[in-house]
Amino acid sequence: MNAVLAAIALLVLGSAAAALALRNLIHSALLLILSWLGIALFFLWADAEFAAFAQVLVYVGAVSMVVLFAVLLTRQSRADLSVTAQSRGRAAAGVGAALAVAAVLAFAVLRTPLPVPSGLRSAVTVRQLGGELMGPHAGALLLVGVLLTVTLLGAVTIAGAGRLPPDGKDQP
Amino acid sequence: MTGPEMATDGYWERLPLLARDGASGLFPTPWREAVSGLISIAAILAVFGLVFAFLTLAERKILGRTQNRPGPNRTGPGGLLQPFADAIKMLTKEDIIPRTADRVLHFLAPVVLVAFSLIAFAVIPFGRRLLPVDLDSGVLYFFAAGAGTELAVFMAGWGSRNKYSLLGAMRALAQLISYELPLLLAFVPVIMASGTLSTRGIVAAQGGWTDGLIPRWHVFTPWGFAGFILFMVAALAESNRSPFDLPEAESELIAGHLTEYSGFKYALFFMAEYFGMCALSGMAVTLFLGGWQAPCAFLEVVPSYVWFALKLLGLLLGFIWIRATLPRLRIDQLTRLAWKFLVPLALINLGSAGWAGPLQPLRWAVALALVALPFLLIGRKLTAGIGPRIYRYAAP
Amino acid sequence: MLGTGLLHGLKVTAKNLVGSFHDPARYVTTEYPEVKAPQPENARSFPFLVSESAADPMGTMRCVACQICEKECPPQCIYIEKSKDKKPGPDGRMQLYPAVFDIDISVCMSCQICVEVCPFDAIRMDQIFEIATTERFSALLFDREKLAKPNAYYHQLHPTEAAEVDARRQAAEAKTRAKAAKPASVQPPTAPGAKAQNPPGNAP
Repeated sequence: MNAVLAAIALLVLGSAAAALALRNLIHSALLLILSWLGIALFFLWADAEFAAFAQVLVYVGAVSMVVLFAVLLTRQSRADLSVTAQSRGRAAAGVGAALAVAAVLAFAVLRTPLPVPSGLRSAVTVRQLGGELMGPHAGALLLVGVLLTVTLLGAVTIAGAGRLPPDGKDQP
Repeated sequence: MTGPEMATDGYWERLPLLARDGASGLFPTPWREAVSGLISIAAILAVFGLVFAFLTLAERKILGRTQNRPGPNRTGPGGLLQPFADAIKMLTKEDIIPRTADRVLHFLAPVVLVAFSLIAFAVIPFGRRLLPVDLDSGVLYFFAAGAGTELAVFMAGWGSRNKYSLLGAMRALAQLISYELPLLLAFVPVIMASGTLSTRGIVAAQGGWTDGLIPRWHVFTPWGFAGFILFMVAALAESNRSPFDLPEAESELIAGHLTEYSGFKYALFFMAEYFGMCALSGMAVTLFLGGWQAPCAFLEVVPSYVWFALKLLGLLLGFIWIRATLPRLRIDQLTRLAWKFLVPLALINLGSAGWAGPLQPLRWAVALALVALPFLLIGRKLTAGIGPRIYRYAAP
Repeated sequence: MLGTGLLHGLKVTAKNLVGSFHDPARYVTTEYPEVKAPQPENARSFPFLVSESAADPMGTMRCVACQICEKECPPQCIYIEKSKDKKPGPDGRMQLYPAVFDIDISVCMSCQICVEVCPFDAIRMDQIFEIATTERFSALLFDREKLAKPNAYYHQLHPTEAAEVDARRQAAEAKTRAKAAKPASVQPPTAPGAKAQNPPGNAP
């Protein structure tokens, strides 16, 4: 195991664990963002530049904003921000459920015959990625685009519902 | 920062690289690359630190002259030592942290902001051989680094434990997120035309001159021109510059997310804003204005980094000129501008770039019409009812 | 067309920027203290005592310590002590002079009443404003030495006024000289009210 890979793994798993352990919700969110940055570093280590920068742009730039806005807009006061387990039984059940999910995922990953990399290969260029996306995986790309558009329209509709004044005219 | 055919470049062109190689040659071989990288980093920090210092002075003097007054002219000849006086003031000010503030977040916010603003400089080609890191997806790296700055704004607002800071931070975030979209959409036609995301490739794709006189920069194409204007407007908003400086204006919510910062941390916030301005201008020069390319064939004797510097200074002076002219936009006005005006125009611009018709003049006429008509129509619809004010009681 | 307003605004700012280098109308700053903005002629700040000659300001003061200005001053900022002896005045006659003449400029309100009531054109308004000191009380009490300034200085400050005052004084002087030179028989008996017809040195 590479020393760099060990350090990145420590960063990702450590910040994720700290995010779970901390009481303050905003601190947990920020540590989770650090964990996503660690994943971007992992992509960089694996020579997947595009994936790394897309990870930063999407997760650190956009998803983190969603998480933080959601926390801020739904919490009434700072007292609400600390999250602790309500009882020992519930904490134990939560840990058990998480371990079960982890076991299933690990089993799936270890059993799948992934192609073994044979020697050094050149990094995937953006051109190759683009060709793959527009060629063999074009259908998936279009479906994801439709899904995102529907999500956006739904969010706008839900946010805008009930805001019309009685006379029905839209505000300038 | 290497390149082939170094021997054919002029002496002034090669000078920065010779200096760097000479300095790193003083170290033993296993360390040479690391030292060379460190020297590049130090050079960028030094150059852009000085640019930041004298940009603040230029801004104050130009703003003053447009307002019929001199600007700072007491410290040093013509006020040239003013930035250093400001630096001393900022360093010696007391660093006040509110007692209930979240110390870690309050401390980290300016650090993270400056860090992300600085790492964005790594993919800007400052000259023919002066590209710090040649990444295959350099443009994406640049905007990923810019996305990290939004996080720092939130940390500043939240860590200050002040409802005005939080409100200001939310507004600043709303502005930053709204203008990310026109920013990213404005340069997609450039990527489509150049066929690559690497900054080196984009500058190379703008090389050459038609008849040796007119450069083939992207700004001289209809979709590039519209894209350039959209990019500059979005860059103004992304770096919190007038007329989009609501987050940091003193008359709005005190100073927004900067309220609880004093002394050097405040200076770091402004340094980050100016670095962001320089980085976005540098990227605009790279994407639209041909990077380090000279405007005419016979002007190639001037080194490439000089051309880059001239174009960058032109854009920065344009930023200052706009600040001197336009009043500030309210938060609802600027979000409306982003979502209802710039995003549709940017999408239509994308469409007009992708269309490849038979004749170039016809194609360009259609592309121009495709952008200009929605510009006029959407603008007319959005400004309907907001006409010149009619005074009913004042004497004419 | 949309956007023309912005471009027009940019043109106006550019005109101001370029014009500030060559057009004085677009650069309205006077860079004090190298350049002092000129004060209008009627500007006034605190009083000063007029002397005839610059060479001997103490000896040629017009003030005869009549104490009218001290009595008329509303905030009572003038303090005068008459001298015990008489000195020859500017016209040769023996006259009293002020041994002490103090004006407290922290009290003076620049109302100019002392100037209006002085029968001898001895006290006029100065235009000084760069008199900030580090002392709270003693440095703001101007004594005789600080207050006495020559007539030439008065001409510099208020040329029209000074010319008027000088003309009037010279006419009055010429009249008194002409009266003194005439033989006593030609003179008609002067009524007590006649003196009032030729009042010396009234308010301008």
